[in-house]
Amino acid sequence: MAGPAAAAGRPRLAVWKFASCDGCQLTLLDCEDELLSVAAEVDIAYFLEASSAVGPGPYDLSLVEGSVTTPDDLRRIQHVRRVSKRLVTIGACATAGGIQALRDFADVREFASIVYARPDYIATLERSTPISAHVPVDFELRGCPIDKRQLLEVISAFLAGRRPFVPAHSVCVECKARGNVCVMVAHGTPCLGPVTQAGCGALCPAFNRGCYGCFGPMESPNARALNAQLRELGMSTPELVRVYRTFNATEEPFRQAAEEAESDT
Amino acid sequence: MNTVVTESLEPLIAELRSRGFTVVGPTTRDGAIRFAEISCSAQLPAGRGDEQRPGRYRLTERHDDLVFGFAASPDSAKRYTQPPRQPLLRMREGTVEEAEAQAPRIALLGVRACDLAAIAVQDRVFLGGRHPDPAYRKRREAMLLIAVNCAVPGGTCFCVSMGTGPKATTGFDLALTELSDPHRFLIETGSGRGAEIVTAISHRPATGDDVVAAEEVSRVAATRMGRQVDTDGIQERLAGAHDSPRWAEVASRCLACTNCTMVCPTCFCTTVEDATDFTGGVAERTEVWDSCFTLDFSEVGGSSVRGSGSARYRQWLTHKFSTWFDQFGMSGCVGCGRCITWCPTGIDVTEELGCIL
Repeated sequence: MAGPAAAAGRPRLAVWKFASCDGCQLTLLDCEDELLSVAAEVDIAYFLEASSAVGPGPYDLSLVEGSVTTPDDLRRIQHVRRVSKRLVTIGACATAGGIQALRDFADVREFASIVYARPDYIATLERSTPISAHVPVDFELRGCPIDKRQLLEVISAFLAGRRPFVPAHSVCVECKARGNVCVMVAHGTPCLGPVTQAGCGALCPAFNRGCYGCFGPMESPNARALNAQLRELGMSTPELVRVYRTFNATEEPFRQAAEEAESDT
Repeated sequence: MNTVVTESLEPLIAELRSRGFTVVGPTTRDGAIRFAEISCSAQLPAGRGDEQRPGRYRLTERHDDLVFGFAASPDSAKRYTQPPRQPLLRMREGTVEEAEAQAPRIALLGVRACDLAAIAVQDRVFLGGRHPDPAYRKRREAMLLIAVNCAVPGGTCFCVSMGTGPKATTGFDLALTELSDPHRFLIETGSGRGAEIVTAISHRPATGDDVVAAEEVSRVAATRMGRQVDTDGIQERLAGAHDSPRWAEVASRCLACTNCTMVCPTCFCTTVEDATDFTGGVAERTEVWDSCFTLDFSEVGGSSVRGSGSARYRQWLTHKFSTWFDQFGMSGCVGCGRCITWCPTGIDVTEELGCIL
């Protein structure tokens, strides 16, 4: 990372990790071709995944990955907010609680008692919550993992002081623009694309797979109508519940979609 | 009009390629008929058919050697006349550079009468007003249209109701009718460019029997429409149906996913996407397909004026079948049936119109 002299005048970027797999912050390193121009325009002051050299706050832009799952997280996120002018959460863990929010549908102490030899050493919260449940967030970038192109768009939008171009419409918009054939209509493959927010570039349907909703609910999801069609395609109630209970299980429209699937039977 | 017969499309494809055209025709890919570049007639989907109904599309085996024995495919000509993403301009330190429109020489082989009608609608939209679109004009002028008269309409077709098919009557450079026993193609010319190409390939003059056989193909096809719409007074009747309870009912099944508008050959709405680089010194503006089913589409002052699904469905259907007449003097629907087939929940415009009107 550049030294303090080279950093003068450039906006300072920090990347923080909470409960997560690191995949989203790795997306920044995965930028490869664009990474040098990012580093030229931004002083990457705090990014432990990339460098143990740590520059002091405050930071102009903080990217926050992961959900809040421990008492220590509760304290630390307040610190992150205090030292950040702008705070952007990245990835399903940070925006929705992530896959670990499945604990919300069960008893986390029971999990801990099965997994750990000494569960009494484990200090964990009952629920996994998004960052926005604890501090004000300036922008939420969805995905599991996030899309590299969208991450670059969000960073450059914040540098330019403009609104990021991150549409909240369905995956179908991107799917059709990409020229994919609809896997649901042409193959009978169950797909969450119609209720899921765009951003991935319709990656899964491009490989003849159904969308599994990793970008969370789109702006006006009609999951009840989709569920009726998914049942037509042969999905059972447990399958329907499971398809909504993945990375964005606690996002309200997906939570409801799973509950409706259970109550419709 | 000069009408000739050829036994194979190989000479036609070779001639088009020698004239510098990229020949784009039907192929099979990912379980559907898709437009793609072809270099020989063997790449055409011989013996393949399709089964189409609301929300469902399947390729079928036909047990014959017809290469055009299917109905409308998911691709219309729109992908070529109005590509999904087009760069508009680039600003560099205050200097504006307009992007030069890309206009590849494409020979589109296998467009149907409904597709030609849709192109005529697009021509009216993009070229007929006070502000013609030069990029669209450039793409259209570079494009050669080789129509095929439908022999096997699909389960969601209703071109007869909309008065656009199944026989291509105008708007093509060449129009083919595929005939069997023996397998051959009747070729009609519709333009000077088309006539030049026919002159350059081996053919024989059409006999009376060839012409009668071709007429029979179109006559039979017209009797096999999967759907129909009563268009009598539709413009006024739909405008008067603003408060129909059916809008809320259809909205309960509508995903607002935009698929109907994306596959529609006449839906032309776009938005612009602005991007900046990290230095802030370069900005780019790109035109991208948009849809009246997204909330952003009708965002005014920070929120959508058509927030409900019923308002958005009403807007789309009313525009297609009613206010399009006010705006462009023609119908926005050509009866291709794509919006019915490719709706994931199988909403059928013809059924909705029947219930609303």
